[in-house]
Amino acid sequence: MAGNWLRRRRGLGGNGGLGRNSGLRGVSAAQAPGRELHDRNKEQHTFNARAAISMVLVAAAFLVLFGRMVQLQVFEADAYRARSDNNRVQTVAVAPRRGLIYDRNGQLLAGNRTIHSIAVVTELASNIDALLEEVGALVPLGEADVAGFHKRLKAKRRPLEPIPLKLNINEQERATVRVNEFRLPGVQVRADIVRHYPEPLQMTHAIGSVRRIDETDLERLDEARYAATAFIGRHGVEQFYEDSLHGEPGHRRVETDARGRQVRTLFEQPARAGADITLHLDASLQRAAADALGDRRGAVVAIEPRTGGVLALLSQPGYDANLFVTGISAAQYHELKASRETPLFNRATRGLYAPGSTFKPVMGLAGVSHGVTTWEDTVNDRGSFRINGQGRVYRDWSWQPGNSGGQGIVNLHRAIYRSSNVYFYSLGSELNIDDLASFAGQFGYGRNTTVDIAFAQAGVLPSRDWKRGALNEAWYPGDTVNLAIGQGFLLATPLQLAAVTATIANRGHPVRPRLLLSSDGEVRENDPPPPLPAVAGPTPEDWERMVDAMEAVVHRGNKGYQQNGTAWFYIGQDDIPYRMAGKSGTAQVVGIPQGEEYDEEALDEFERKHAWFIAFAPADDPRIALSVLVENGGGGSSVAAPVARAVLDSYLLDEAGDLKELPPHWLAAGAATGSAGAGGRPPRRSVTLKQRPTSEGQQFAQRIADAPVTAR
Amino acid sequence: MSDFSRTASVDATASTRRKRRRIRTDGWLLAGLALVSCFGLVVMYSASGRDMGAVVDQATKLGLGFLALIVLAHLQPELFRRWTPAVYGASVLLLVWVLFDGATVKGSQRWIDWPGLPRFQPSEAMKVAVPLGLAWLIGRHTLPPRFRDVAVALPIIGVPALLVALQPDLGTAVVIAAGGLGVIFLAGVRWRWIAAAVPAALAALPGLWFVMTDYQRGRVLTLFDPERDPQGAGWNIIQSKTAIGSGGFFGKGLGNGTQSQLDFLPERETDFIIAVIGEELGLLGVLVMVLLYLLVVARCLYMATEARDNFGRLFIGGFTIVFALSAFVNIAMVSGLLPVVGLPLPLVSMGGTSTLVVLGAFGVVMAIHGAGQQARVRPRG
Repeated sequence: MAGNWLRRRRGLGGNGGLGRNSGLRGVSAAQAPGRELHDRNKEQHTFNARAAISMVLVAAAFLVLFGRMVQLQVFEADAYRARSDNNRVQTVAVAPRRGLIYDRNGQLLAGNRTIHSIAVVTELASNIDALLEEVGALVPLGEADVAGFHKRLKAKRRPLEPIPLKLNINEQERATVRVNEFRLPGVQVRADIVRHYPEPLQMTHAIGSVRRIDETDLERLDEARYAATAFIGRHGVEQFYEDSLHGEPGHRRVETDARGRQVRTLFEQPARAGADITLHLDASLQRAAADALGDRRGAVVAIEPRTGGVLALLSQPGYDANLFVTGISAAQYHELKASRETPLFNRATRGLYAPGSTFKPVMGLAGVSHGVTTWEDTVNDRGSFRINGQGRVYRDWSWQPGNSGGQGIVNLHRAIYRSSNVYFYSLGSELNIDDLASFAGQFGYGRNTTVDIAFAQAGVLPSRDWKRGALNEAWYPGDTVNLAIGQGFLLATPLQLAAVTATIANRGHPVRPRLLLSSDGEVRENDPPPPLPAVAGPTPEDWERMVDAMEAVVHRGNKGYQQNGTAWFYIGQDDIPYRMAGKSGTAQVVGIPQGEEYDEEALDEFERKHAWFIAFAPADDPRIALSVLVENGGGGSSVAAPVARAVLDSYLLDEAGDLKELPPHWLAAGAATGSAGAGGRPPRRSVTLKQRPTSEGQQFAQRIADAPVTAR
Repeated sequence: MSDFSRTASVDATASTRRKRRRIRTDGWLLAGLALVSCFGLVVMYSASGRDMGAVVDQATKLGLGFLALIVLAHLQPELFRRWTPAVYGASVLLLVWVLFDGATVKGSQRWIDWPGLPRFQPSEAMKVAVPLGLAWLIGRHTLPPRFRDVAVALPIIGVPALLVALQPDLGTAVVIAAGGLGVIFLAGVRWRWIAAAVPAALAALPGLWFVMTDYQRGRVLTLFDPERDPQGAGWNIIQSKTAIGSGGFFGKGLGNGTQSQLDFLPERETDFIIAVIGEELGLLGVLVMVLLYLLVVARCLYMATEARDNFGRLFIGGFTIVFALSAFVNIAMVSGLLPVVGLPLPLVSMGGTSTLVVLGAFGVVMAIHGAGQQARVRPRG
């Protein structure tokens, strides 16, 4: 039945017009049976042979494929397996949390916060410009963002490192980008933990700040340690304690897909947070100093004389270090950089100024120690001085046109509280410069005695050798005369002057300025230089008499014309609940030609005199020593002294205006210092560096105790 | 073997059909194709990232393909011969159409996107139309073919191959041309002609370099040195070799291929699906795949020898060569033996037109072979 059906169908086909073609066996066979049959067999034979050859060729081809697979999957399998793992398994460094920085009362000075930013992994993006345009359509991109991005794009960086495009985006921008992330290959919204400074303007110069790691950093940094770190400490504590604050990175082995998305974590070694450190700094004191200075340019450095702990390190104007964390525009940066007020410059540690009359206490002690003068010797100050009575005229500060000035008969005590130039000119003309230089060097002039203050300048303490080396000139007697009133070649930083003041406050025991009080972890930068030796020369009595003279600068008043301390009129008139020793200084910025008048009005603001004041208090048991500099401020007593007074008051007085009780750690005299318990934070594990100031303080306390009781 | 088709009859007494009808499908071939397809579906499940939707989609296409196969297998072979010129002509016209009004995907214009119809690739149809056309041409006369027929055959091959190459789709063009040449070879063209043509073709091969676009040259250069642009042109081949190689002997297990599942492997559901097999099922999986293809090819070539006439033999043989070559070129390119050209792995890669055309063509193969069987079996029985 079926056969019939098929035959019929075939028959239909055969009659359909194609019948004369040789293909249909039935038709052609009927025409020429014998030959056709022969041909058919031959054809079949030929075809079969060719089909067989084809089969062999196909089999051979497939064998080649199989051989190739054997090559890839058996002989080279290990290499490809490794390659496949390299593809999928990425070791991602985990950034450690940067250590926090506290002040001595536990107030946070530098913390961390989360910001969100848009970043681009350029390796994953095909067309950067088109991508930026697309992102720009979603989130407004400023010119600065794009310019900064292109700058970072050109810089050397690690492979697959996301390049920040827009920092600190808000929640809505974040959502917009997140939603569109899938069609923007390479674009990421990143949550980064970045540094945050709660009080940037006042604190920046003390603690420094972090900056984005740049090309030059990459060249010297330990690549493994900084693999996940985007910022590095610059300036201040942030730089000095970078190593400890940074912490140890962890790592995560993650499986990632081809787009770099992390699919799952295979292994995680958590990062170890950086050490939290507590500084000697007192934020409220720093604030008080900033308030007292107002918007004037200048510096205030306060030191705890016992330990050298820096209580305040202010340089004004400051700047907002947070800008450098979240991205500063070129215009903003240029403004900071080009400003005549140089807000980026740390005056407190790097500004070199002539100390002016604040040098006189050191000068006086030098004279007494070297037997050039005594406390009783007097000089008749008529307002001017000539070496051997001839040549160049050196003037007293009180000189005015038409009035030669002068303080009359002055001994050392009076020369200090009246700040007689002529007395010290005379002293300078008799003192050997090398003796003076080596004496003053003991106080910290001309060298960097700091423990942990980044980039502190050493200043200039001139001597014969120094002058020959620096200027290739011989030392002239006039140089010593100039030096005697803190002018000429002598240069020091406000930090140095604070240290000098602390040395006087300690009656000849210099301390090294230091910022670190304690830490909750190991501080590797801990390699404190040895304690400084006591100043050799002055007797304890000399020290006390010098302190007396400095007290007179502030407290001697109501004595009539030319009888009051230089600063009394400005800060000493009301009752101060503590005794304060101070010395004013006014440093010339430009040389005034012989015979010409210093006319403040005629000078450019930036060429006016700098106002200095150094002070410590309470005078017989100093808790704080400081230096105040007001750049181009004018007179030290009128301008800088009130700032000093305000800072001392803030530190020493309570709200009622009475002298504060001594803090417990002070009374403990080194038994358990450093655990600044006032902040309400649990006591921190003490570290070795902290021990040093303690032991030094102990030694000092011991020395004080051992010293014969002298009249105070 | 020939008994197989006889025993595979349906007992229609229970059905409502009035007549007993012989199933004319070839059991061995059908089994081979079904195995390849099923294997493909299993791999598709993994390659699509365990997306059952993709699997069902591909299964539907395969189902339609097998339906077409069975329907076509029951048509009279004479019908195909009669319609061959029309089919060939229409396919060429579609190819021309594609060049002017085709949809462009990934830089080449291969698709026709007529409203109301699923999108399809005329070049896939050409893989059948060219063997059909040549079988029709050469099968009119006794074998071996005369010089005149061979001369006419060349443009029949060349025109569609050129049109496809212009899309550009070099892979398919090569397969089409090779399929056509395969028909001429099977027809028994004289060895000395072959001996003359092969060196000539080889000599012309370098000339091809100058005809190729920069993009195609890049592909060729990449074959020899994938590392010259690992993130760009070399990416595909590096990742596919890595996938295959890392699979080792036993593979990483279905669904566990990291290259495949984490998007390192490109085009894993389509052209590069063999790399998924290589990575997840290892050398063993590849071996099974290759053997299944060989089974289909061997069975088809055997069926070709059983065809009743020259048209039948030449078509079956020619299409088998197209099929074998498609598989070969695909696997060779994925494993880095040939430049990367867009060419699916027949019956395994995701794709509608290819699946439908290939299975349909196997239906034609079965129809032709079945008729031959009838003719052969009947006198005996």
